[in-house]
Amino acid sequence: MASISLTVNGRQISGEAEDRTLLVEFLRGDLGLTGTHVGCDTSQCGACVVHVDGNAVKSCTMLAAQANGADIKTIEGLAGGGELHPVQKAFHENHGLQCGFCTPGMIMAATDMINRHGASLDEATVRAELEGNICRCTGYHNIVKSILAAAAEMSGTQQAAE
Amino acid sequence: MYETNYHRASSVAEAASLVSGSDDGKLLSGGQTLIPTMKQRLASPSDVVDLRHIAELKGITVSGSNVKIGAGTTHAEVAQSAEINGVCPALCGLAAHIGDPHVRNMGTIGGSIANNDPAADYPAAMVALEATIHTNSRDISAADFFVGLFETALGDNEIVTAVSFDAPSRAAYQKFPNPASRYAMAGVFVARGSSGTRVGVTGAGSDGVFRASDMEAALDANFSAGSLESINVDPSAMLADMHGSAEYRANLVKVMARRAVEAAA
Repeated sequence: MASISLTVNGRQISGEAEDRTLLVEFLRGDLGLTGTHVGCDTSQCGACVVHVDGNAVKSCTMLAAQANGADIKTIEGLAGGGELHPVQKAFHENHGLQCGFCTPGMIMAATDMINRHGASLDEATVRAELEGNICRCTGYHNIVKSILAAAAEMSGTQQAAE
Repeated sequence: MYETNYHRASSVAEAASLVSGSDDGKLLSGGQTLIPTMKQRLASPSDVVDLRHIAELKGITVSGSNVKIGAGTTHAEVAQSAEINGVCPALCGLAAHIGDPHVRNMGTIGGSIANNDPAADYPAAMVALEATIHTNSRDISAADFFVGLFETALGDNEIVTAVSFDAPSRAAYQKFPNPASRYAMAGVFVARGSSGTRVGVTGAGSDGVFRASDMEAALDANFSAGSLESINVDPSAMLADMHGSAEYRANLVKVMARRAVEAAA
């Protein structure tokens, strides 16, 4: 058994887990943070994306023990003070989801993308960077639109609605 | 996943001693291949030794045209390195198209070359750049390092610590990704340096990464895409699987080589 100490969404967490426990299993099973989803479980779909020390990673492809000591942010940690995070708000306003299963991973990937590219984010970059996130409902168009809208809002510029 | 014992090493020496002291231990770098393989129960190491927290495996040093990249450097770090981009932008471009952004945040250059997946991108660059692979016990030329499919010259418990190479004057990498997996069906790295042109091919060879020496000779005579027209890539040396026949891959190698030369020119 591994002793795991993490910061999750700003909260100090300690727990015990088998060494083979995946980070996503620890988050969902031990911490009850079921917003992070398991879609394919083969490292392809990105429904399990969380931020580890500020970088988007697939939590189904990392052991909880590997994340020991890390600072983790999950979808539950995005909204603050009863307000949706701008990326969550943009997905809501632009109909960026249908069934919603991929949405937590999409939003965590989008947040990471906007953090890195800021206002310079364009449609081609968004589409290329969504390589690791699969959506079977939307055809991606409204996801891309949502991410661009959020990027514009977060960088303080206005973008005319398409 | 079968049971395993996790260890976190804080130095290369500690990692070597942990892995050699285990029954059937494996080194765990970014884990983007090993963890999925363990999840499918295709690998069941008794122990995994985590290399991600070893400071001496990190970092990029560029001095003149010499580039040294620590084995624990992630694909994202190589892709975004202004220093490497200054001397060998083709390598940044290659790293920027491995897997997806999340995989690039974890996967490392040392892990990629030690695994030597026949469809991995880095091996093509390493052989074309005539890189040196540094380990905790010796230096190995890339030509000797990549032995076959998933096979390298690494001994038991030998740890890749860094790679280094002299940046070429021109280079480019072009790949044709499988439409579903995005792994290279054929990837060609062309490097033109003071000692001539080197062409590394990944994804296509039935024995893994290889150098296309007839293409190199043609490009040394005339560095243009047109000079590859007369080259025949032998299908009998190509991989054939559900994704493409040997003939298909042989053709792709030529097409990717032409594109790489055009991009490098």
